[in-house]
Amino acid sequence: MKFGVVVFPGSNCDHDTYHVLKSVLGQETVFLWHQDSDLQDVDTVIIPGGFSYGDYLRSGAIAKFSPVLESVRRHAQEGKLVVGICNGFQILQEAGLLPGVMLRNAGLKFVCRHIYLLTESNQTFFTAACQKGQVLKIPIAHNDGNFFISPEELAELEENRQILFRYSDAQGNVTPAANPNGSLNNIAGVTNRSGNVLGLMPHPERASESLLGSQDGRFIFQSLINGVQH
Amino acid sequence: MKAKVIVRLKDGVLDPQGQTIQRSLNKMGHEVTGLRQGKYFEIEFDDLQDESAVRKQVEEIAQDVLCNPIIETFEIEDIS
Amino acid sequence: MEYSTKVEMTLDLIESHGLTPQEYQQIKKRLGREPNLTELGIFSVMWSEHCSYKSSRSHLKKLPTEGPSVIQGPGENAGVIDIGDGSAAVFKIESHNHPSFIEPYEGAATGVGGIIRDIFTMGARPIALLNSLHFGPLEEASNQLILEGVVAGIAGYGNCIGIPTVGGEIHFQEAYSHNPLVNVFCLGIAPADEIFLARASGNGNSLIYVGAKTGRDGIHGVTMASEEFREDSESKRPNVQVGDPFLEKLLLEACLEAMQTGAVVGIQDMGGAGLTCSTCEMGSRGEAGVAIELARVPQREEKMSPYEIMLSESQERMLLVVEKGRQEEVLQLFRKWDLDAVVIGEVCEGRNLTVYEDGHKIAEIPNSALDDEAPVYNRPARKPHYLDQLQGWQDLDFPEPSDYNALLLEMAGTPQLCSRRWVYQQYDHMVRTNTAILPGSDGAVLRLKGSAGGLAVSLDGNSRFSYLDPRMGAMLAVAESCRNVVCCGARPLGATNCLNFGSPENPEVMWQFIQTVEGIARACEVFSTPVTGGNVSFYNETNGTAILPTPVLGIVGKIDDLQKRRESYFKNPGDQVYLLGETREELGGSVYLEHLGLPLCGPCPAIDLAQEKALQEGLLALIDQGLIESAHDVSEGGLVLALAECCFARKCGLQIEASTALRPDHYLYSETPSRIVVSVKKEGEAKFLEGVSGLSVSKLGEVVDQGFQISVNEQTLISIPIESIFQVWNNSLEEVFER
Repeated sequence: MKFGVVVFPGSNCDHDTYHVLKSVLGQETVFLWHQDSDLQDVDTVIIPGGFSYGDYLRSGAIAKFSPVLESVRRHAQEGKLVVGICNGFQILQEAGLLPGVMLRNAGLKFVCRHIYLLTESNQTFFTAACQKGQVLKIPIAHNDGNFFISPEELAELEENRQILFRYSDAQGNVTPAANPNGSLNNIAGVTNRSGNVLGLMPHPERASESLLGSQDGRFIFQSLINGVQH
Repeated sequence: MKAKVIVRLKDGVLDPQGQTIQRSLNKMGHEVTGLRQGKYFEIEFDDLQDESAVRKQVEEIAQDVLCNPIIETFEIEDIS
Repeated sequence: MEYSTKVEMTLDLIESHGLTPQEYQQIKKRLGREPNLTELGIFSVMWSEHCSYKSSRSHLKKLPTEGPSVIQGPGENAGVIDIGDGSAAVFKIESHNHPSFIEPYEGAATGVGGIIRDIFTMGARPIALLNSLHFGPLEEASNQLILEGVVAGIAGYGNCIGIPTVGGEIHFQEAYSHNPLVNVFCLGIAPADEIFLARASGNGNSLIYVGAKTGRDGIHGVTMASEEFREDSESKRPNVQVGDPFLEKLLLEACLEAMQTGAVVGIQDMGGAGLTCSTCEMGSRGEAGVAIELARVPQREEKMSPYEIMLSESQERMLLVVEKGRQEEVLQLFRKWDLDAVVIGEVCEGRNLTVYEDGHKIAEIPNSALDDEAPVYNRPARKPHYLDQLQGWQDLDFPEPSDYNALLLEMAGTPQLCSRRWVYQQYDHMVRTNTAILPGSDGAVLRLKGSAGGLAVSLDGNSRFSYLDPRMGAMLAVAESCRNVVCCGARPLGATNCLNFGSPENPEVMWQFIQTVEGIARACEVFSTPVTGGNVSFYNETNGTAILPTPVLGIVGKIDDLQKRRESYFKNPGDQVYLLGETREELGGSVYLEHLGLPLCGPCPAIDLAQEKALQEGLLALIDQGLIESAHDVSEGGLVLALAECCFARKCGLQIEASTALRPDHYLYSETPSRIVVSVKKEGEAKFLEGVSGLSVSKLGEVVDQGFQISVNEQTLISIPIESIFQVWNNSLEEVFER
């Protein structure tokens, strides 16, 4: 399995993601510079968290015009896997590869803490290593993670089972109290219609080593690794 | 030549920042019944350019970059 | 040109530059002539208190600055200590008090930006930020706004640049209402043999300017930081700089990359006093001349005068000395990161700072006159007349509380003692995936990737104690900071300090300062934690009222095996709870007395440094033997708050049976130092008791499933569900801001 981690000048979770894939999980992993369009034959592209180009306009608003994103778009169109984490999710939304948009958190504050995620399905490339309905403990860290979309499109997402992760309590109950940012329907992660592009606000790379308080993030990376090996 | 562009949230899109400012104003005793926050841009061009060409360019910039059409609309306030 | 017209050096002009007539005479003597306006500006910033340390220098010499692990002591951008495995820890603390009062968000943000630059300038990759914040009471809306802005500014900068903010402290006191303190600390890691210094050397080597364009921001910010606040400070608003964390991220990555090329001889950030400070300090330290051409300096605004360019404090700018012939290589690298970089001058013969504009020489000053030879004052000091009375007056005969449960709930919810969760959740404290102990414990622990070990850091100070007894307060601050690091399982290696005081021209303030420095010196010697650098912030006064003397200590320690790190909270029901250290009746300066509305008076708690050292060594040995499950320092709020805090993380209960000769409320809320609450496994208890011999130890009770119950002298005083205390403690701050 070969992973590519996209690096924008303002990416700040690029090295964390690389560290988990390469050193913790032992996968071949390369950095993909934002000005390059060569994806170096990677199987899966990961767009990590950070502030791409400073994000002063809107998160991801400028990143969508970068050379690397053109190639990521093609990669996705070919049915290959793309994962956007946090800012990466926002970029994929801006680029039109994932539905919806992120508004400022309902509490108007940056929120960094461990939250619980209900896995809606384990029949996907991204969750195949999870149990059905597994609850994952993974941290979030964002200012703009308040998922918004029109009611019609939301209904469509639900119908197509594109919502992969929802904020829940430790027991997997999806409640308003478990929603850290005001996201519609507690949405924390969605896929595109064909199911090969995932965006999620929580940071699985921050929950892949016991030293950091949770290893649940590994289920997501492991799913990707298993998927290709099968 | 300078173009002035306003980007605002579409009606119906939640504006937590605007709501918070309104709440604060109400607390301070201002009887404000509604407030929504937007963004304002001033974009400068070479004076020699033709105004209609500039307008076309500004529309493109506003549409593609300055606003996210899912939640926002824009208005060119002035080009002069 | 307008600035080259000879400006007459009037007394008013000299005074408006913060210079005394005597200082002006000295300037004339050094130059052998009258300075021109640009030169006057250059002298005024370099001889300001903030840059020259003219009132503090002679006293700071008393601090221990050497030790086996010190690679770089004070005098550079940051201190450096050896942490083994070929690595070095680079760290420093700085104040950004005045800018944060004028504009809390940008003031705090640019403070963070500045301290980060200090660290990567040394060739280190910054891995963690901490901060020590002091505000006025939250009952006042203006203080809420300041806190909210400061926290947002720290978050805005640190989160964007991707350096975790992992800990710190927040205190509230009336004295900070119009003079909040924002002290920011940064820790970085570098290869021990690749430390970069801010030195200019090698004739003909190029000076490269990189980063933001120069604007009129913060002109005379440094002199502002050296003057007390007056009512008209509001009008100083335009002086405040605006930070751009994204640009700093580019600078950070690009500079670290540039240092790898081997072409960089020296590097310095342009912080306070901007281009002036960076050029003359590098020249002075490198014993070389420096010549710059202002026409080449990238400028954001039109028609800037040399005076303005030299004194601008625009943020996110760096100055590099690059080997002759290798400029293009370095410029190329900066272009890759979309950064503006230009050669603005070179290292030259002589020892002068020479400034040209369009080829015309417009200023020429010996570097050393600006740096080493800046004035030094031994200002008069006098013990405050009120102090003896203050220390001697204490009335502890107030009625004993009738309801200890209610008292505990009140105390747990006070802003002094409640959880800082609402604040630290706004900080990205996990980015870089090294945070091995999350905020909320005694110290922050960062792992070192590629090694089994990690570093622990804590920032501490207690200005109430320092007010009652500055010398003791300083020793208590060092001891507490070391104790917090030790509670994490780390051995303290080095210190940095930020000394926040009123006007040094007030002999009573000067006395507080000297006492503080002597206290720190004494304690740092005992704990073998040399002071590798720091910052003095004087003139923290508003309308003639000074803040409390506020030394903030930062201690960095090393853990060899991270598996042995300890958190502060209880792990499992059944574990046995002990107190290391003795509880004496020490309520002077305590949060308890403050809560009762009693005046700040009485003797502050006393510390026996040798005993403290023995306690810390003892605990480290016990942790090393794997006999300790959790360790928590007893500090503000006393024993009972420490015990409650130990229960929150895992929602454990506690059953305590204590005995004391003190009145129970005095016992529970006394702030005697040198105390640590530990929990041990039942099966390890005998070994623990063996290992603990020589230390004062008393058994308190046992961790249980639920319920927080404390009996003193066989009388149950507190019995309350842990969840009730937790709710108050956990939500108190949030309720202030979100209501």
